[in-house]
Amino acid sequence: MMITLTHYLVIGCILFAISMYGVFTRRNAVALLLAIELIMLAVALNFTAGTRFLGDAGGQIFAIFVITVAAAEAAVGLALVIAIYRNQKDVDLDRLTILKG
Amino acid sequence: MINHAWIIPVLPLAAAVIVALAGKRGDRLAGSISAGAIFFSLIISLKFFAAFLVNPAAKEVSWVWLKSAGNLTLEVGMLIDPLTVIMLVVVTFVSLMVQIYSMGYMAEDEGKARYFAFISLFTFSMLGLVLANNLVMVYMFWELVGLSSYLLIGFWYHKPEAANAGKKAFVVTRFGDLGFLIGILVLGYFLNTFNIIEVGTAAQTGKLTGGLGTCVALLIFAGAVGKSAQFPLHIWLPDAMEGPTPVSALIHAATMVAAGVFLVARVFPVFTASDTAMLVVAYVGGFTAIFAATIACVQDDIKRILAYSTVSQLGYMMMALGCGGYFAGVFHLMTHAAFKALLFLAAGSVIHAVHTNNIWEMGGLIKRMGITGTTMLIAAVALAGVFPFSGFFSKDAILFAALDAGRMDLLVLGIFTALLTSFYIFRLFFVVFTGKPNSTQPGHESPAVMTMPLMTLAILSLGLGFFAARFEHFIVASLGANREILHQHNRLVPMFAFLAVLFGFGWAYLVYFQKAISATLLTRKFSLLYKLLKHKYFIDEIYLFFVRYVMLVVSAGLAWFDRQVVDGAVNGVAWLCRRMGAGIRRLQVGRLQAYIFAFVLGLIVLAVSLLVTHPDVMAIIP
Repeated sequence: MMITLTHYLVIGCILFAISMYGVFTRRNAVALLLAIELIMLAVALNFTAGTRFLGDAGGQIFAIFVITVAAAEAAVGLALVIAIYRNQKDVDLDRLTILKG
Repeated sequence: MINHAWIIPVLPLAAAVIVALAGKRGDRLAGSISAGAIFFSLIISLKFFAAFLVNPAAKEVSWVWLKSAGNLTLEVGMLIDPLTVIMLVVVTFVSLMVQIYSMGYMAEDEGKARYFAFISLFTFSMLGLVLANNLVMVYMFWELVGLSSYLLIGFWYHKPEAANAGKKAFVVTRFGDLGFLIGILVLGYFLNTFNIIEVGTAAQTGKLTGGLGTCVALLIFAGAVGKSAQFPLHIWLPDAMEGPTPVSALIHAATMVAAGVFLVARVFPVFTASDTAMLVVAYVGGFTAIFAATIACVQDDIKRILAYSTVSQLGYMMMALGCGGYFAGVFHLMTHAAFKALLFLAAGSVIHAVHTNNIWEMGGLIKRMGITGTTMLIAAVALAGVFPFSGFFSKDAILFAALDAGRMDLLVLGIFTALLTSFYIFRLFFVVFTGKPNSTQPGHESPAVMTMPLMTLAILSLGLGFFAARFEHFIVASLGANREILHQHNRLVPMFAFLAVLFGFGWAYLVYFQKAISATLLTRKFSLLYKLLKHKYFIDEIYLFFVRYVMLVVSAGLAWFDRQVVDGAVNGVAWLCRRMGAGIRRLQVGRLQAYIFAFVLGLIVLAVSLLVTHPDVMAIIP
């Protein structure tokens, strides 16, 4: 069986859907961050697949960018979560509703 | 020499500042400082007067103050002509007399220092007003004069009547001042100058004709009507009598109220350029003269009688000016300043002695107050206009002016006013000084510091008239050579006037001295007329009615509109915003995942709509 671009895209799509499910359902802020990381990886997978099958190096460059940004995002996100925990003694997103209008 | 004229007003200003700063500590010296300053002003004014007698040509000195882009310049400067020097001498002289008198009159008053500071401030403003060479400066000093008048009327501010009278004077004159200000601005707009000489030249060369000229003249006249208490803005002057009596003599008889007459004389060419304006001035003056004279006949308050008499005499002056009698108006201003100041000061002397203003509580005072009584009699005769007292000459000049202008109606009106004048002033004299004493107060002659000014003014009231011809040439000189003196020397006019005066005197004599005719019987017989006069033609009531039932009702309507409609619109917008905010804030649930969900949902909607509208994007996928 020939592995085509479509297979990669389907896997990327499945990964994205799973991570999106995680984003919507996880109560824990740390778990939410993990899910967001997964979204980025799904996208990065699509990019690399694009490079492989379309012969365009831009996809790989973007994948590296995405990983870099994801690392920075994780650092900032974890710092925020820790700051919230110090203030609220809680990281349960259902109870963190102080922005409610 | 003209460069030193500024010293004249600055001396009283300096005195005012010194006295005001010294405050209570300077109480004893206040009068001397203030009177000393005005004494030197008088000396300088007299020097100017002497110089102008030799050479009456107008002199002007000015500096540029502000320059606008539209080549309209505001100046600071002085214009001295025969009219100015006469006013300078009148103001400084009467002010000096009044201040010397005040040293006795106000000797026991708590606020002596404040009093002299105010009166010096007033003198400064008045001198500035007569010296100013442009209408903007005139207006500034005009308002300063109004301010010092307000301060002095309300001098005894703890008395509610005095405080109210001050406010009334300020507010009523404001109506006229507004017209004056608009007149000045219109003049500046059309002529590009505020300078009095330039305005005069423009008017004489026909640049102020037709509707514009009439409009400007009448607007300026509105200011004069307010300040000179002409009908219908005369109501503040009788109330202004709440101030100290020397103040009434200086401000509300001799100088400030004459400012309106002075103003009309100062811009006389503007008035002569418009026949309508002259007509209005003449008839407003004539009507005021007889109107106020009738009221004066029934008043009980000695100062109010004199106040209405002042209104009436100012009307006389306006009538003279309106008839083209420049000399007559100005000369009457001068003689009136002398004898009316004397009348007020004598009245003050009487009030000082018997501590009442009501003439019926006086009586028989001539025996105990010889000097006051005699000087007052001289002033009364001068006011009535009996030969050879000063009032005779000036009143005659006015009647001749009316005759020259061909206004027979005004001439008759003037003669009838003379009759009434003679009646009310001799009524005053007889009731106060003859008969038997009605007062519980013993009454005594005032100290020399008060009687000296009385005697000085009495000499002037007696003697000024003999210089009438001299003054006529002098004053008319300031109008330029093209105006010659034209008198129809009609013997009948002074004769009729004299008969009228005699009739008025006889009437007062019979009713109040001989008591051959009962005053009470007269009032009962003419009760309707009497009531009308007693209530001053209900003018105050009419104003009150207008304020209460017209102005306040309209204001209430406008206030309602403002509160309900204007404020309502603003509040409505605010209410709408708040309600919308309250609705929208429900969207902000505060749960992070809800936001993400909405975000993703939006993304999906965008993506789907992109696919639907541009199906070809799928083509990039191989």
